[in-house]
Amino acid sequence: MRVVAAMSGGVDSAVAAARAKEAGHDVTGVHLALSRNPASYRSGARGCCTIEDSNDARRAADVIGIPFYVWDLSAEFHEDVVTDFMDEYAAGRTPNPCLRCNERIKFAAVLDRARALGFDAVATGHYADLRPGSGASEGLVELHRAADAAKDQSYVLGVLDQDQLRHALFPLAGTPKPEVRREAAARGLLVADKPDSHDICFVADGDNAGWLAEKIGDRSPQPSGEWGGDIVDDATGEVLGHHTGTYGYTIGQRRGLRIGRPAPDGKPRFVLDIEPVSGTVRVGPREGLRIDGLSGIRPRWCDAPPEPDVPLRCTVQLRAHGAEHAAVLTVLDASPDGSVAVELLEPAEGIAPGQAAVFYDGTRVVGSATIATTRRAA
Amino acid sequence: MAGSRRTLVRAMPAYLDHAATSPLRPQARDALLAHLGATGNPASLHGAGRDARRVLEESRESVAESLDCRPSEVVFTSGGTESDNLALKGAYRARRAADPARRRVLVSAVEHHAVLHAAAWLEQREDARVELLPVDAEGRVLTDALEAALVGDDVAVVSVMWANNETGVIQPVERLAALCRAHDVPFHTDAVQAVGAVPVSFADSGVDLLTATAHKVGGPHGVGVLLVRRGVQVAPLLHGGGQERDLRSGTVGVPSIAGLAAAYEIAVKEQAGAALRLEALRDRLVEGVRAVVPGVVVHGAGADRLPGIANLGFGGCEGDSLLMLLDAQGVEVSTGSACSAGVPQPSHVLLAMGIGEQEAREALRVSLGHSSSDVDVDAFLAAIGPAVERAGAARRVRR
Repeated sequence: MRVVAAMSGGVDSAVAAARAKEAGHDVTGVHLALSRNPASYRSGARGCCTIEDSNDARRAADVIGIPFYVWDLSAEFHEDVVTDFMDEYAAGRTPNPCLRCNERIKFAAVLDRARALGFDAVATGHYADLRPGSGASEGLVELHRAADAAKDQSYVLGVLDQDQLRHALFPLAGTPKPEVRREAAARGLLVADKPDSHDICFVADGDNAGWLAEKIGDRSPQPSGEWGGDIVDDATGEVLGHHTGTYGYTIGQRRGLRIGRPAPDGKPRFVLDIEPVSGTVRVGPREGLRIDGLSGIRPRWCDAPPEPDVPLRCTVQLRAHGAEHAAVLTVLDASPDGSVAVELLEPAEGIAPGQAAVFYDGTRVVGSATIATTRRAA
Repeated sequence: MAGSRRTLVRAMPAYLDHAATSPLRPQARDALLAHLGATGNPASLHGAGRDARRVLEESRESVAESLDCRPSEVVFTSGGTESDNLALKGAYRARRAADPARRRVLVSAVEHHAVLHAAAWLEQREDARVELLPVDAEGRVLTDALEAALVGDDVAVVSVMWANNETGVIQPVERLAALCRAHDVPFHTDAVQAVGAVPVSFADSGVDLLTATAHKVGGPHGVGVLLVRRGVQVAPLLHGGGQERDLRSGTVGVPSIAGLAAAYEIAVKEQAGAALRLEALRDRLVEGVRAVVPGVVVHGAGADRLPGIANLGFGGCEGDSLLMLLDAQGVEVSTGSACSAGVPQPSHVLLAMGIGEQEAREALRVSLGHSSSDVDVDAFLAAIGPAVERAGAARRVRR
């Protein structure tokens, strides 16, 4: 196959590209320029697609022996990922931009462009496993968790549909990360020791609140026209404090609430709810974070969509690197604009609307939905 | 690219990017190799030094003959970018020091970034006022604009290239130089693309400062010249031993300079014949493209152009998509424009000609030189049709 290897400049995508070539594919390395103003040097923990990253990717392509180009996806990334991220926070939700990037950029804008240019697939350094389907998904491609549970990235790929997965390659599949680093060193790739990236790529220094304050601080909703809103006790309705923007809060957050008085019972208080229209942040005891059900919108199915209205026993993961919860999934409408209902057999804590619920059947990814509402456990 | 040798070499790619760099000519290679093993610093006073000095000065005399100037007007540098910086900054500083009222710097809007960014630096750090001289739709600098801008006796230096590196459009340098002379303003021209492609006579041109480099005409990389007319004041950038006319310090690379001189000698000697040959090749290429892609546009076609360059616009295609697809077929061309962090930017040259940003991203520069042949043109013509089809499809999937 003719394959575009998306190369970030990190070790995972470099080894993935090398493996794709070794598997006999005709591989072209492509670094995605996602920032409109690439910084020359990495700032703090990790900046966004710096010139240094681009050079690292180029040198890796040289060593592997594949052609290399930079594709400018900055306009698409800004519109589909960065703007969406800001809008979601402004609406009081907690988005995951990595899923969005996979859905709209890597396996949409990049894949579409690659296919038009005569390529057959896009290879990335994600830790996830693609397997031929069986049973209901006979003839289809199934997405499974990576064998290395610590590195598994199937959660951020749960938004991909069958057409996208059929044109995807994840050459790292089940390889443990230390082995990937050893292999990179053995292949002479200078990025073998490069630190992992953890933060959101376009937020410098991992300072999410600071970044949001700068970008959407002036969009903070308040009927009075003033910035910010009240921090309210969820049980009594008592105003406990004031804040300068709901974007600085996420459900389950405990630190940085800056409430002067301790709770009467002396227990810590958590953000339980965010009301973007009034700008109200509701806080309360930890028990208030427990949810036992949720509704989801924008469902995506990796292989065969489940039957509507037929309750399906599965597990659900509600945040990146989060635990799996036993659940019953009921598809109300399987279409991309449809909806799902999820009963959690094991309650979950601190789940925010906007995050993705990714459904698993064993190691197989069934699909995903964006959490719209949650139901507090009685 | 160091690592590319191992795996990326394809069987005889069609190299159509001479405006970026041109393959080393055999004469230049011979001259380089003849001096690579020699010991001797041309500034040394002993026999080895004298030997090196002799090669250096013979090369200087050879360059003077090739470019029709005096040997004493030849300053060897590390290449075009250094020569442009030395000319712009050096002339500005010298002229400004002599007459503080002279703080305007006039450069054409289609200059190479070595000139544009040097001028911008002067504006940001040294109180210069930079004005971009406009060009017409064919990319020619408007002489009236220069004439109007020179009124006031407050211009420190003017820089307009001899021929453009993206379109090949030739500027009216002799008229521009004459206008500057009448106002006692030093005139610099970047002739990096012109030397060897069209006749270049420093003496006849009336130009005060002229930039040229070796590697665009088949000489080695990392060596160039700035011609400085006698009596023109230029402040140095590099301070030290003052090896080159007290204007440029640093021990010069004698073998490279010998290679430069040899490349200029053969390029200038063959210029007239090569121009006819390359123009015919280029025109065949353009006609061939037109047969496959009837809508192709040739930017700057209405102006006098260098014989070996064609800047082609393919409506509905990204230039960088075309470049990648042609590269995969062993056809090596350029979009002509600069990259920012590896991301192609729309060409400032085409934008200055009044072309829209989208159309500017659709450009591909094909440039031929001494090693180009019908085989290269045939390879381009065989590959361009399918590439345009694919690149057009790739554009259409973009939202």
